[in-house]
Amino acid sequence: MEIDPFIFRLSIFILSIFIGYYVVWSVTPSLHTPLMSVTNAISSVIIVGAIIAGLAGGMDNVFTISNILGFLAISLAAINIFGGFLVTQRMLQMYKKKKKDK
Amino acid sequence: MSANLSAIFYLASGVLFILALRGLSSPETSRQGNFFGILGMVIAITVTFLSVGNFSSGLIYVLIFLLVGGLIGAFIAYKIPMTAMPELVAGFHSLVGLSAVFVAISAFLNPEAFNLGVVGSIKLASLIEMSIGAAVGAITFSGSIIAFLKLQGIMSGSPITFKGQHFLNALLLISILILTYLLCSSQSSNFFWVLIAVSFLIGFLLIIPIGGADMPVVISMLNSYSGWAAAGIGFTLENTALIITGALVGSSGAILSYIMCKGMNRSFFNVILGGFGATEQSASTGNKERRPVKSGNAEDAAFLMKNASSVIIVPGYGMAVAQAQHALREMVDTLKKNDIKVSYAIHPVAGRMPGHMNVLLAEANVPYDEVFELEEINNDFANADVAFVIGANDVTNPAAKTDPQSPIYGMPILDVEKCKSVLFVKRSLSPGYAGVDNELFYKENTLMLFADAKKMTEEITKGL
Repeated sequence: MEIDPFIFRLSIFILSIFIGYYVVWSVTPSLHTPLMSVTNAISSVIIVGAIIAGLAGGMDNVFTISNILGFLAISLAAINIFGGFLVTQRMLQMYKKKKKDK
Repeated sequence: MSANLSAIFYLASGVLFILALRGLSSPETSRQGNFFGILGMVIAITVTFLSVGNFSSGLIYVLIFLLVGGLIGAFIAYKIPMTAMPELVAGFHSLVGLSAVFVAISAFLNPEAFNLGVVGSIKLASLIEMSIGAAVGAITFSGSIIAFLKLQGIMSGSPITFKGQHFLNALLLISILILTYLLCSSQSSNFFWVLIAVSFLIGFLLIIPIGGADMPVVISMLNSYSGWAAAGIGFTLENTALIITGALVGSSGAILSYIMCKGMNRSFFNVILGGFGATEQSASTGNKERRPVKSGNAEDAAFLMKNASSVIIVPGYGMAVAQAQHALREMVDTLKKNDIKVSYAIHPVAGRMPGHMNVLLAEANVPYDEVFELEEINNDFANADVAFVIGANDVTNPAAKTDPQSPIYGMPILDVEKCKSVLFVKRSLSPGYAGVDNELFYKENTLMLFADAKKMTEEITKGL
């Protein structure tokens, strides 16, 4: 009997939870705010679903409800992707070590 | 592009996202980590375009909406002040939630595009995954909106409770399960709409009873939810990148919630059930006795600090409100010129989100190796001359160790009272969020500085 592909995806999911668990515990507490903003940005990879929805359908019916929701979701996710990564970058740029001189 | 090839690219972007989080284990590697994250995102988006391969119809609109969203996001990222980070993160969570809802609805209305069957007979597993994605997404959206409004001050930070609240929430949660079942057995879209509406309502009801200072837990929890919503959609779309990312973000948020709860010595359920502080506050105002406190001005404080050899600074949410981080840094510079050793002590739940104080201090150019966590620095208070408490309160209250009756009993606190002298910058004697009086105010070695945190710090600097 064949294994349902769902089981493979479930395996990936469960293993990723464990990876997440160990990786996040090793994040230093002083970087918890950047951690939140970057997880925000990467969870917006949901944009792939939005793009599929937006590109669906033929030339004649681009504006079905399904497409329009796709477009809107693209914008929302894009705000998050750009905003999330850039604000994380901005924060991380500020973390500096003590200057040796002086 | 073949399905197998794109699946491999999605896997690669999932791995890059793992590396992005891994980079945050130290500030040195963090910027590289962020780059990995961006790379992973670029790969995922490019592969999606190539694998759909339908460039005729909606492409131009897809690009326009992508561009508009990107510009808005970039604009926000550059304009937002660091003190507003909690609101920003809450706002971003709501967007993830809403886009999950939109994608789920879109897949429900046009299942052919997602390879899930046809309208009216969508695959059973996909229907369940879609319902989970939509429900968690909707809860994340409305919950984050409430969190945002509370943090922004548009909505009062005090908990809103009513009779039968928990019963209603439980009832609604059960109804979600029933609606999912009905949807799967009948394929009727009506159940899907009701399911989404009920989920919006749950998110709203879940967050209104939670008070302002519990926001660190709420934000972490919503972070976690946004991850689970993404994972739900990932299963629907059979997309590895989304599944991996959803799991990462989900567990990340859960760990942060756990750390925050531990920082307050409260169970997760205790925070979620909410209403903390509301009852205690009325009790403590009833039998308030006036006790003498020593209050001083900036010159007294400057004198004390000038004669100290080591000073520990304890920042809290009040510093963020008064935007005093830059003034504080100037004061510390002056102290250092006088050969006084200065370090910063950060309580896990200081501020309104995890790591909030660290970001503010970093913004004010405080080197991160002068900033310490509770466990690292707590023993140093006994040897320090002056503790400078700016905008913090409950996290320094010794009652947490001595008074079993106190609502904050058992919470790990910074041992500020062990310092030779304590300077307390505060606007008034009012109790902190937990509604308990701080014993520290009445200690003999405590000097209260009643003023706005920023103004007081500036005046002390002049006095030095």
